[in-house]
Amino acid sequence: MRLRTLTYSYPDQSGHFGPYGGIYMAETLIPAVEELRREYLRYRDDPEFKAEFAYELKHYVGRPSPIYHAKRLSEHLGGAQIYLKREDLNHTGAHKVNNAIGQALLAKRMGKKRVIAETGAGMHGVATATVAARFGMECIVYMGADDIQRQAPNVFRMKLLGATVVPVESGSKTLKDACNEAIRDWVTNVETTFYIFGTAAGPHPYPMMVRDFQCVIGNEAKVQMPELIGRQPDAVIACVGGGSNAIGLFHPYIEETSVAIIGVEAGGHGVATGKHAAPLTGDAKVGVLHGNKVYLMQDENGQIIETHSISAGLDYPGVGPEHCLLKDMGRAQYVAANDDEALAAFDALCRYEGIIPALESSHALAHAMKIAPGMAKDKVLLVNLSGRGDKDMNTVARIKGITL
Amino acid sequence: MNRIQATLDNLKAQGRKALIPFITAGDPALDKTVPLMHGLVEAGADIIELGVPFSDPMADGPTIQRASERALKNGMSLRGVLEMVAEFRKTDAATPVVLMGYGNPIEAMGWETFASRCAEVGVDGALTVDFPPEESHEAFEHLQRHDIAPIFLLAPTTDEARIERVAKLARGYVYYVSLKGVTGAGNLDLAAIADKMPQLRKHIRLPIGVGFGIRDGETARKIADIADAVVIGSRIVQEIEHSAPEAVVANVKHFVAGVRAALDK
Repeated sequence: MRLRTLTYSYPDQSGHFGPYGGIYMAETLIPAVEELRREYLRYRDDPEFKAEFAYELKHYVGRPSPIYHAKRLSEHLGGAQIYLKREDLNHTGAHKVNNAIGQALLAKRMGKKRVIAETGAGMHGVATATVAARFGMECIVYMGADDIQRQAPNVFRMKLLGATVVPVESGSKTLKDACNEAIRDWVTNVETTFYIFGTAAGPHPYPMMVRDFQCVIGNEAKVQMPELIGRQPDAVIACVGGGSNAIGLFHPYIEETSVAIIGVEAGGHGVATGKHAAPLTGDAKVGVLHGNKVYLMQDENGQIIETHSISAGLDYPGVGPEHCLLKDMGRAQYVAANDDEALAAFDALCRYEGIIPALESSHALAHAMKIAPGMAKDKVLLVNLSGRGDKDMNTVARIKGITL
Repeated sequence: MNRIQATLDNLKAQGRKALIPFITAGDPALDKTVPLMHGLVEAGADIIELGVPFSDPMADGPTIQRASERALKNGMSLRGVLEMVAEFRKTDAATPVVLMGYGNPIEAMGWETFASRCAEVGVDGALTVDFPPEESHEAFEHLQRHDIAPIFLLAPTTDEARIERVAKLARGYVYYVSLKGVTGAGNLDLAAIADKMPQLRKHIRLPIGVGFGIRDGETARKIADIADAVVIGSRIVQEIEHSAPEAVVANVKHFVAGVRAALDK
């Protein structure tokens, strides 16, 4: 018998997920996020908007993305069956494009011809550059100078697609600093510019809007799993940086309380060392950054501390507000996978399944590989393979001591 | 009565405009901040905006970003800033001090602790850049209890309904951001500011200060013709950045005195 007792409806009208979320922005941008909220709510259920979004996802992105049974890997582990939601097969190679298309369609309706974005691993930057080319918009991507080093192929891709990539030299020179710089651009060019934010965080309506666009992942999975195995999986697992691929998979399953929800953060050198990017697992205090109140890695004086992760896409001190709420509710469990565990999972998927995963997604896979051996063979874990690993060749080669 | 209101009332009675300089606490060195504050007063400042450095100053341009980085490198913290104000108050009981910064250091300290410490050391107002009225309920309650004025920003993009809302919450003065952009940007549009003023005055009874992008006495003078107070930040921080440590107080005083003279012309 399946119990369905949970009803869930967040955010509230003011953009809060319980105590989290909100619109913590400088005054200049408040009217801009208010306009965005109004316009998004106007088009969210508009049949024409929905039809255009669905068309682009099908014909441009190549959706639905398949679910693949990783049989050899599952056999090797000797326990639960691992299934992969293949977001890596999307056009541009990751889940990021789902959201970028949704926001670009909204930008088009709002008459904005200039789009900006922040990027960490470069996947959101590539997705934004791609849709900007597709819809004929000017595109500026802010990227931390350190991330430009470790994700050089994606920088070149963005430039090929006609985007201007601006290196950010301030702070830790990673994703959070790219966010700061994108926000500064938005403050300055607010009337002409649409900020295509890459994750389910930031000021309202972004956490809600990005989630809605990414929910295509979980909505598809809920149809695909019964077709494949006659039922829903026992657990859905996804990596969490800001948490957009995760919330896209998780959200449609929140009220399905028979399905366990597991988010995997970047454990870096190990949560106990302090050198990680796991605010939910690492007992970070609640704080305010980039427009929302969330669990946030900070020192005792409220200064944001530098994070550590092998994957640029997870290297962020905060996390989306909905994940914070799901943690507090106990509806989702959050754990961490360390750099070396993610690398081992990366290798395993290459060797056992012929799939090169992104280092971000390798974190989700690492946790599945950790728990699968202790589970019965008829249990099923659905892992979101949020992106492909082509962009990580330089990073992995360097770790293995290989010069390309 | 709150020192901010007393000061601004007094200036108004004299027909003068307020000069509000901004410096970042702990920049260029921890032991320079209190001497700089006294220097600002000697050069003619009416209210001091003291910046609390933050690791991620999203609304600031490169100049104040660098000041924040220098201050944090020097070990500056919100606790330390409050101690500096206590030190300043030992010899200046009259000049209002407003802390300006981002919300997270205050969240980390707790609003009640922050507000009561402000009252203890003699802080008069608090401006939290990334806490708009919508998210300021808790903050407001604690600041009110300790008679610390919540200072709010208004921007060229702020519509009339929001101006009205801010007018109800604000105490001390209202800070009008004179351009769409970060601190220190250079594209000030005087005509646009003058156009906005009647809309602001319609709802706001408090004095209105204008800042962002004011770089010299001449511009300050023009702003003073339409506003009640002039806020200068990045230009002073630049003076600090370009001065040798032993000359920093004298150079800042020289610059601020020049602006004061222009304002009083």
